[in-house]
Amino acid sequence: MRPVGPVRSPDGARPDNSGFTRPVAGLLRAVLGALIAIAALTGLAAPALATQQPPHGTSSQPAPPEQPGLPVSGTLRNVDGTLLSGVRVQALDASGQQVASTTSNTGGRWELTVPTPGQYTFRIDRQSLPPGVTVLQGEVVRDVAPGTLSLVVFRFGAQRAGLQTSASATALRVLVDGIRFGLVIGITGVGLSLIFGTTGLTNFAHGELVTIGAVLAWTLNVTFGLQLIWATLLAIVAGAALGAATDLAIWRPMRRRRAGLIAQLVISIGLALALRYLVLIYFGGRSESFADYTNQVERNYGFISITDKDLATIVISLAVLVGVALLLQRTRIGKAMRAVADNRDLAASSGINVERVVLFVWILAGALAALGGVLFGLSELGGTVQYEMGFNLLLLMFAGVILGGLGTAYGALLGCLVVGVLVQVSAQVIPVDLKYLGGLAVLIVILVIRPQGLLGSRARIG
Amino acid sequence: MIDIASLLANGIAALVGPSAIFFALLAIGLNVHFGYGGLLNFGQIGFALVGGYGMGIAVLYFGLPLWSGVLVGIVAGVVLALLLGIPTLRLRADYLAIVTIAAAEILRLITRSTSMTDFSGGTQGLTGYGGSFRQLSPFDNGRFYDFYGVRFLGQDLWAICVGWTVVGLSLILVFLLVRSPWGRVLKAIREDEDAVRALGKNVFVYKMQALVLGGVFGAVGGIVFALTTQSLTPDFYSPPQTFFAYAALIIGGAGRVFGPVIGSMIFWFVLSITDNFLRQATAGSNPLISFIDNQDVGAIRFVLVGVALAVLMAFRPQGIFGKRSEVLLDAR
Repeated sequence: MRPVGPVRSPDGARPDNSGFTRPVAGLLRAVLGALIAIAALTGLAAPALATQQPPHGTSSQPAPPEQPGLPVSGTLRNVDGTLLSGVRVQALDASGQQVASTTSNTGGRWELTVPTPGQYTFRIDRQSLPPGVTVLQGEVVRDVAPGTLSLVVFRFGAQRAGLQTSASATALRVLVDGIRFGLVIGITGVGLSLIFGTTGLTNFAHGELVTIGAVLAWTLNVTFGLQLIWATLLAIVAGAALGAATDLAIWRPMRRRRAGLIAQLVISIGLALALRYLVLIYFGGRSESFADYTNQVERNYGFISITDKDLATIVISLAVLVGVALLLQRTRIGKAMRAVADNRDLAASSGINVERVVLFVWILAGALAALGGVLFGLSELGGTVQYEMGFNLLLLMFAGVILGGLGTAYGALLGCLVVGVLVQVSAQVIPVDLKYLGGLAVLIVILVIRPQGLLGSRARIG
Repeated sequence: MIDIASLLANGIAALVGPSAIFFALLAIGLNVHFGYGGLLNFGQIGFALVGGYGMGIAVLYFGLPLWSGVLVGIVAGVVLALLLGIPTLRLRADYLAIVTIAAAEILRLITRSTSMTDFSGGTQGLTGYGGSFRQLSPFDNGRFYDFYGVRFLGQDLWAICVGWTVVGLSLILVFLLVRSPWGRVLKAIREDEDAVRALGKNVFVYKMQALVLGGVFGAVGGIVFALTTQSLTPDFYSPPQTFFAYAALIIGGAGRVFGPVIGSMIFWFVLSITDNFLRQATAGSNPLISFIDNQDVGAIRFVLVGVALAVLMAFRPQGIFGKRSEVLLDAR
């Protein structure tokens, strides 16, 4: 990491505190500030959840297999989240003949039976819609096969006015999405970059810190029924503890034995592999949803409409990142981190306890990774958690961190923001299942053009 | 209860089976990269992917005969190595590690993308490109051949014979190359790049040649495996496979000609026996080991490999046969 400001002598820095407790207090203050920001923000967002639906409400109905005919069902939900009752749904066979029809009940749910397997067209009777409701996609063609649950989803609402009227609205929306994603990558990437800066370790297990943070929050939230904010706070504490534990149990002994950096890199890969599949054994291979904030509706703020959780993600990330910047810039431990990153030996000879600084870096990185994991799941993965999420994010983290300059803190932030925006912009052009490609492509391009990254120094790259 | 005879039979089948061949070839490539050249390629599975898919797409999409498909696969490996090497080989070692792992993941995402279904088959993958390979088989493809209780299907036996021949030829090539002046320069680059540069050697070109050569071994591995299984599925080519190959290489000893092959055989022998043991021990109504779920055995293999990789690297980086002084442990 390059020192962004001069590293002042310990005596000139802050005379109000003294001795060992100062760095701890600084770190605590920054973390606490971030936590309070989270609590306040998500607290504000809570009333918006009134229209929330159970996440898998429609899919939990088992299909009775042995009945004559095949059941097809669905739930009619308007764009604003209200359930539509009394709407007629028809099923037409291949020749256009109506074979069944039904009317949705008060829960918006409809169910009908088609006589034989095959292809059917399901159609909403527009006459029966309540006034003011428009259909975006009122006809769905679907192969109905025995033994599978046939769900038909109709989409409501007019074509998005914003999409049709102005390209600038789309651009703004993509930009905000990109910034949100970039901030989440940044929260996790800063830790990765600081670890590299202070110890030289390219930590391939950083993605697993992210996953474990998210999975812990999910466990507390879903299994133990804790509200997600409190679950996240506990997960952050656990993430910090995990970061400290990996440093104390693995990396400090490795440094003491003077293990080479490549040996450490391979060890981090082995660790990542073991941790990822331990999470798989515990958590399972499926995406699981958080219990809170799953089904939010976008609110219109005039120039942009955004869900509360996405807005909260942006504000929380910004607050935390400003907190981290203040920590690095103003507190003693932050200055020590920058000093160690800049020149480890010089820092040690000027009286900084390097091992303690590294431990704090790991604590900070672990806490940030856990928070980043929850925010990543909440905003980018649609409120779900998945065992490979950390590894997927890791590659984007590397892209952002290298783009900004490996080892720098502010460069990592900048680079991650660029990668986040790039990923969302590229999703407008290329297929959605390839959207992480843009972020990874930037990695290769930046290494050709400017391998030290945007804010990195030339001496580091070898 | 535990059936030790079947454990051993399965273990010996794995010792010489298609997986051991595949990972031996991957690890031979990694040995050129990491063991001799000091290059950290963590995307070796990407080379296997371009090899296998290069062949499959050439045969199925462009209608080329199989032998030219094999050539296409090898050329694809060369091209990938050049693409990865140009931006990263002048930089510190871990940049190559990050770029190669990212590139392998990019390739997997592209081949499994629904937008590529016509070309690479999407998540379904490709089949039916290698029929002419099986027709060449001198064995009865549908029959089981029994060697003292270790059974192979005829078509697999054919693939195994071809595979070990390829492995043998690769070993001879590596053996000759590392004893040539070229090999000595490569090892010197691993030890001290600047010293080699001071002697007037073009370090970048040597590293690039090593990257291409090792990448071709990876691509050939992908081709051989794709011909064995007769199917290509994108999610098989996931990053952990590269780590498996590294584990095999480090067990056998990096920087030794036979290291990767012996490592791969031991790796699959041990993995097959533990896997089978766990499956037997956790199956049934009264399992021997009750705290592990039978369905989790597949995931436990990854955990074991991860732990083994970390522990080996920490305590015995030279593996069984290597020399510690010849293993690259520190980046410049």
